[in-house]
Amino acid sequence: MFGKLTLSAIPYHDPIPMGAVYGSLLLGMTILSLITYFKKWPYLWKEWLTSVDHKKIGIMYIILAMVMLLRGFSDAIMMRAQQAIALGSSQGFLPPDHFNQVFSVHGMIMILFMAMPFLSGLMNIVVPQQIGARDVAFPFLNAVSLWLSVAGALLVMVSLGVGEFSRAGWSGYTPLSEQAFSPDTGVDYWIWSLQISGVGSLLTGINFLVTILKMRAPGMTLMRMPLFTWTAAFTTVLIIFAFPVLTVALSLLTLDRYCGMHFFTNDLGGNTMMYINLFWTWGHPEVYIVILPAFGIFSEVVATFSRKKLFGYGSLVYATAAIMFLSFSVWVHHFFTMGTSANVNIFFGISTMLIAIPTGVKIFNWLFTMYRGRVRVATPLLWTLGFLSTFAVGGLTGVLLSMPPADYVLHNSLFLIAHFHNMLVPGVLFGFMAGYAYWFPKAIGFRLNATWGKLSFWFWLTGFYLAFIPLYILGFMGMPRRMQHFDNPAWHPYLIIAALGTFFILCGIGCMLLQLLVSIRDRHATRDVTGDPWDGRTLEWLTSSPPAAYNFAVIPTVQDRDAFWDMKETGTAYRKPDRYVDIAMPRNTVYGLAIGGLAFLFGFAMIWYIWWLALVSFLGVIAVVLARTADDDTQEVIPAAEVERIEALRRGGA
Amino acid sequence: MKRKFSFLLVMLAFPCVVLLLQGCSDLILFNPKGPIGDSEKSIIIVAFLLMLVVVIPVIIMTLWIPFKYRASNIKARYDPEWSYSNKIELTMWLIPFAIVLILSTILWRETHRLDPYLPIASEANPLNVEVVSLDWKWLFIYPEQNVAVVNQFVFPVKTPLSFKITSDTVMTSFYIPQLGSQIYAMAGMQTRLHLMADEQGEYTGQNQQFSGAGFPKMTFNAKATSQGEFDSWVQHVKQSPNTLDFARLEELRKPGTSDAAIYFSSITPGLFEHIVTKYDPMARNVHGPGETAHPAHGK
Repeated sequence: MFGKLTLSAIPYHDPIPMGAVYGSLLLGMTILSLITYFKKWPYLWKEWLTSVDHKKIGIMYIILAMVMLLRGFSDAIMMRAQQAIALGSSQGFLPPDHFNQVFSVHGMIMILFMAMPFLSGLMNIVVPQQIGARDVAFPFLNAVSLWLSVAGALLVMVSLGVGEFSRAGWSGYTPLSEQAFSPDTGVDYWIWSLQISGVGSLLTGINFLVTILKMRAPGMTLMRMPLFTWTAAFTTVLIIFAFPVLTVALSLLTLDRYCGMHFFTNDLGGNTMMYINLFWTWGHPEVYIVILPAFGIFSEVVATFSRKKLFGYGSLVYATAAIMFLSFSVWVHHFFTMGTSANVNIFFGISTMLIAIPTGVKIFNWLFTMYRGRVRVATPLLWTLGFLSTFAVGGLTGVLLSMPPADYVLHNSLFLIAHFHNMLVPGVLFGFMAGYAYWFPKAIGFRLNATWGKLSFWFWLTGFYLAFIPLYILGFMGMPRRMQHFDNPAWHPYLIIAALGTFFILCGIGCMLLQLLVSIRDRHATRDVTGDPWDGRTLEWLTSSPPAAYNFAVIPTVQDRDAFWDMKETGTAYRKPDRYVDIAMPRNTVYGLAIGGLAFLFGFAMIWYIWWLALVSFLGVIAVVLARTADDDTQEVIPAAEVERIEALRRGGA
Repeated sequence: MKRKFSFLLVMLAFPCVVLLLQGCSDLILFNPKGPIGDSEKSIIIVAFLLMLVVVIPVIIMTLWIPFKYRASNIKARYDPEWSYSNKIELTMWLIPFAIVLILSTILWRETHRLDPYLPIASEANPLNVEVVSLDWKWLFIYPEQNVAVVNQFVFPVKTPLSFKITSDTVMTSFYIPQLGSQIYAMAGMQTRLHLMADEQGEYTGQNQQFSGAGFPKMTFNAKATSQGEFDSWVQHVKQSPNTLDFARLEELRKPGTSDAAIYFSSITPGLFEHIVTKYDPMARNVHGPGETAHPAHGK
């Protein structure tokens, strides 16, 4: 009836996961009872859970990302704390079993359930508005993507309290992740949460590429698109090409684990190296999937806060395109030490270095955008400046690692850990934080508190250097990654400094949360009535904050690259149209939520070998899709009079 | 507020610098004990310095430009439409390109020169060693001396070491940081590695690739001795009552760590080839001993 699932799967005896479980449950119950107490269920259901509005879906994505950031970061604290004390006779507070789960889940959450939802969220909120569209190409698919991501994230959270998570690292290298070496359910949690959210990401990719290619406002040629939209387009191309590789690799591993096949096993003709190749064929483009949109954000922020046109727009577009292509030709640099011949390593080493060229060009473009500008150091720009200086160091160490002989000694050391955190923390996280501060007033309607935002930035930046510079040094001291315990006393002081760094980052995250609370408290004073709080340059600032369901009462016509700036210059920005027309918008639907819920059940059933439930939930997904296909009543019309009323309200307010 | 934070930063950076100066000898990659590690150290330093040519200006510009063109400095030139310059564009593509070109040349030459599969030229005859990674210990087989040791690796100084490496468990990475390059050990396959020590001493050897619960304990002592000491050490091992046959190997394969070294005075011939070929029933009769096909590296 319940497959492998028994009550013993719940780790009663283990205080740390149980603490986390009780904590999450308590928090969840509190939120649920508050919603019930204030009778907000109908509001939540109607306005959020069943919504297909891209702006609301975007906000829900970002809430998911923030929650998962907290989870992933608490794992980081545990790792740093463990390594700060587990010297010699001290075993620390995490036994290998637990420590190995913690680093596996940290990597997976930060990439797949923090960075990915964050970027999907920002794309959702911004892209349709930047191209002057009323919605994405496939609004329902958008909701499905969101709820599949939530389902995947939920599976990871459930693994805390029911069974355990994978102990084979976030990359799940075979044969360690095979049945022979990891017989428990951990790897299955990893597989199914990746698979389910992966389908969501793939759908997002298709959705946004079509949106960007087909739904741009009249006059917006490709070379007039804002940079964030460009990077979103490149990212979606990468998603479409890369994610199926992961899906296939994981499916083959699933066949190995569930059906006793031998794709990646040690014996009977399995090829463990093939998995590692496939994983990084997805894994390396994945890095660019999360980083390219952040590059787009930096481009927008730098131009807006320098009150100046973006320098070298063409260069930036072509550089990003170059990165997109090159990102598929570098995967072998993740395993130069596998015994591949010198010529193979040279090919992948040089193609990795080539990426430094367009990336360097981008950095100079941003710097020259500020040159001869009027630079306002607001929170989003502060994140950008922190990125520019820190990322340069990460680039340096990256090129270093791309030299195979250097990699032969630095591979899998803490130097490598420091390097990719040096790319992903400033490159991705700082970028998304800049985007969060920049577009928050657009999405929510009031500004974020600047003081707490800047404080958060300084804590993050200081914490980053403290946490990762010691890891660079430890790499030169020969310390491998993923050590639950160590015997070399020379490493110890650096690990303590690194742990101190995480404490600073903790303060940074604390400031972020306080910033949100303070901003909500002060919302009436900081309300953005113009829809254009930063004196923006691109079309998303033409709409009200938050935008009406239809974004634009009249679809704008684009005359120039910085479309909105041009409208403001020529005085056409806020001109009242002669008349309003009816606008058809997609209707709320419960099908997206239902697919997410069923996918979660399916994943859970597969993990615990509850075959009947797996079958029922899988058929359920198909039934829901069929029902939705048969549903012709998917649109509702906002009458012209209603549009006029909403627009008049805005004008009155302004 | 900004000043307060930079003060804090300096206060925190200070102990780091002190630690760094103190710990220079602990930066073992900058303190290599063999030709391979030595070359790799030089490559790291040269590449690092070359890249500073770009990185330092970038960091200075990141601080200087926003300061000079801050909104409150109305004396600074403001050029809101200026967004293209042929010269700057050309420079910003060419400078990184030039550096990558130089680095690629170094990369090409050095990757060939430091190919782990390439034997080290030396007047001394190489010492052949077969390495097997187990859960979670290292087995060193000295085929010519007909002895084997677990978790200890003794070898003569100034003698090229020629390793054949495989795994009888998950993938691991064989690495003696102060001697240089690491290479993966994989089941059913054989990888090669060539190292040499110039100085006598004891160095740490380790598994660099996470391999499960006992991974942090998967270390060994690598000891470079004089030829005479090595020979007497071999004689010492030969006095051990243990011998290594298939049955004993099965025992060693059981997951667990081993703190003390285990000596085996003799080994069943062909043990290493047996471990490499046993995973593939098809390969057993195809390849002679020591000629296991390595899909990634020819033979």
